[in-house]
Amino acid sequence: MKLSRLLPVGLFGVLVIFLAIGLTRDPSVIPTEMIDREMPTFELSELRDEAVTVSQDDLVGEVTLVNVFGSWCVACLQEHPTLMELSRDNTVRIVGINWRDDREDALAWLMKHGDPYEAIVFDAESELVIKIGVTGAPETFVLDPSGRIRYKQIGPITPEVWTKTIRPVIDAMESESVS
Amino acid sequence: MLAEIGQIALILALLISALQGWLGLQGAHQNDRRAMAFADRAAIAQAMFCVLAFALLAHAFMISDFSVKLVATNSHTSKPMIYKFSGTWGNHEGSMLLWVMVMALFGAAMVWFGKTLPSGLRARAIAIQGLTTTGFLAFLIFTSNPFERLSPIPANGVGLNPLLQDPGLALHPPFLYLGYVGFSVAFSFAVAALIEGRVDAMWARWVRPWVLMAWSFLTIGIVLGSVWAYYELGWGGWWFWDPIENVSFMPWLAGTALLHSTLVAQARGSFIRWTLLLAITTFSLSLVGTFIVRSGVLTSVHAFAVDPDRGIFILGLLILSTGGALTLYALRSNRIAHGASFEFESREAGLVLNNILLVVSTATVFLGTFYPLVIDAMTGDKITVGPPYFERTFGPIMAVLILFMAVAPLMKWRSDSWQRIRKTLLIMAVAAIPVTIAVMIFGKTVFGALGMGLAVWLFFGTAANYARKLRVGETKSTLGNLLKRFALLPGATHGFALAHLGLAVCTVGVVAMGVWADEEVDRLKIGESISVSGYEFRLEGVDRAQGPNFIAETGRVVIERNGNFVATLNPEQRMYPVERNNTTEGSMEIGALRILYAAKGEGNPEDGWVVSVYYHPLVIWIWIGALMMAVGGLVSVADRRHAFAAGRAKPPAAQPVAAE
Repeated sequence: MKLSRLLPVGLFGVLVIFLAIGLTRDPSVIPTEMIDREMPTFELSELRDEAVTVSQDDLVGEVTLVNVFGSWCVACLQEHPTLMELSRDNTVRIVGINWRDDREDALAWLMKHGDPYEAIVFDAESELVIKIGVTGAPETFVLDPSGRIRYKQIGPITPEVWTKTIRPVIDAMESESVS
Repeated sequence: MLAEIGQIALILALLISALQGWLGLQGAHQNDRRAMAFADRAAIAQAMFCVLAFALLAHAFMISDFSVKLVATNSHTSKPMIYKFSGTWGNHEGSMLLWVMVMALFGAAMVWFGKTLPSGLRARAIAIQGLTTTGFLAFLIFTSNPFERLSPIPANGVGLNPLLQDPGLALHPPFLYLGYVGFSVAFSFAVAALIEGRVDAMWARWVRPWVLMAWSFLTIGIVLGSVWAYYELGWGGWWFWDPIENVSFMPWLAGTALLHSTLVAQARGSFIRWTLLLAITTFSLSLVGTFIVRSGVLTSVHAFAVDPDRGIFILGLLILSTGGALTLYALRSNRIAHGASFEFESREAGLVLNNILLVVSTATVFLGTFYPLVIDAMTGDKITVGPPYFERTFGPIMAVLILFMAVAPLMKWRSDSWQRIRKTLLIMAVAAIPVTIAVMIFGKTVFGALGMGLAVWLFFGTAANYARKLRVGETKSTLGNLLKRFALLPGATHGFALAHLGLAVCTVGVVAMGVWADEEVDRLKIGESISVSGYEFRLEGVDRAQGPNFIAETGRVVIERNGNFVATLNPEQRMYPVERNNTTEGSMEIGALRILYAAKGEGNPEDGWVVSVYYHPLVIWIWIGALMMAVGGLVSVADRRHAFAAGRAKPPAAQPVAAE
């Protein structure tokens, strides 16, 4: 049999192997290597004002959600109302990482859908995002008051995710700081 | 009760489709006419049960039957009726049911329109279609049951994701599925041909209309998705190279290649093996797309529920269908004869080039989409590939494609010479070169100049070809005669012209958006203005008004160009006190040559309001061009030389198809 006729099925076999490996790596169960580590050091400009720099020091002092988003990200819109509600009720401090975006696109996006962020790190070049091991957007890190990463949420924060997963993580952190 | 009937209908459809596969193959093998006739009826019965199941699910959505879990989690009584209905496929289970129903309907259509085919080929193709549907029905019933009940019954539903309550997005999936699933017919025929071990000219003539139809629907589906992304998320983007978009684009590219290779197969009997391989590949890419979207394998696809069980099931289906078909190809394709030979200066050569470039571009998109997966599997690193990769690799390939697609259709089959088409080439060059130079000088952009030059080149090449077919300029070219010739031209010629001109129009839009799109954001007090690309946007005033359940703050933005009034835009911001929610409604002025867009954000009279403005040149041309391609495809379907249009009972006359 000529090799050329086997080529398509061979290539397909390779694809299947990778797809199968891909399946075993359920993104939602891979614990980030960053869990329980300090936020890495970084110095990037603020999205809304290029002159202002944001660094890891701005993330300490209280429990903070660090939310990776972009105007190009469809699923980010899905979680956006939840973030808006959290910010309106002052439930928790939310800091954004605007990823692989264009400054004007991002500002326009925030203008259209609302801005729940206390500060926004502008990370067009994936500088910080790579350091903290982001797999995609949206993704959210829960930081304790000392700036340590305690939890990572992959995918949108729906009201259900908030009440069943993230809220308990924050409650647990708050009770440990009291004791 | 109705939900249970739906459930039973699905199970019956599953059993019948398995029978359809078995009897079709067995009947064709033993030349048992009764078994084959039974397979025909099974295909129709199966389609009826799938339609029944879908209708019952749609009914449950429309009457808000929250005892059905799917309805409770995806609908709400206060939704408008049209979105209750479209909510049927606005979720995983319902959309898979739509997929299965479309597939079963295509199976029934194969019976309906396939009366003129050799009975063996036909029975085998219907059997393969039945087996593929069996796989998807099993997937639906065992992993994604749409009719699952919920107890206790909730008072109201959770609601449909507000983003999905949009006419564009309600229509986007059905068209996409008509495209994806439509390619299953070509797949079934390719596999049937491989089982038979022979392909005659009838084969390509029969498959081509199905490919054209699937391709046209897929084009419309992609356009709808792009338009939606533009006005809902885009802020200037009409294509994001997101994995979700890429998985619909890959079958489109491969389908485009298939569509052109069937042309050669039909006219010249060449490229048969290659066409079979493309038919298998195109449908397989649709399956891979489904796998990606439903299994969550690519992590940027966060919007969809990640469910490894479903992923394993679809991967199994993929291995059985594509793996099976490609194995069959490895074993049997040597039996299929090579077609007639051709020379370098010929239309065949042009179509070879077309196929190579389209397959390479498909591979490029494939690599960009799957590279993150491969890296993850090998090293565990998570990376993403951004638009720059696609722009740098995909763009040049398309440029070469356009360069040659303007020329190749001018060539004759088998053998031709450059001399013969020299005059036409000269006209094309005379049109394209000044445009290129003018854009280079006035637009100060090399990329834009080359892009526009190519678009003009393609436009004139296609128009010249069309004019030649109409014999414009020859004796007796009165309007009446031209109209007569127009009516006599085969549908494929009209379709060709429309689709290729469409690509020229689309290219103009893409290039213009890539080079000249502009935007500005600033904080404006009343009376202040910002300008973008020569348009001055002045904030004239901000009015407050009370809406039914919101307070609206509407800006009056007057646009002027060189002191002349262009339009007034009313970007609005709404505050919903009950929901404590703010929404921003941008305002657009849509013109044939540009879209002007303004949005207004937070602000007050002292500090001014944040206003962002956009200038998007020729953006509509992208979608108009793409729709022209889709219409061109549909016009070609009606070509009288296709077995499809030749009617069910009447065998087509053995007319020579090569003469053109």
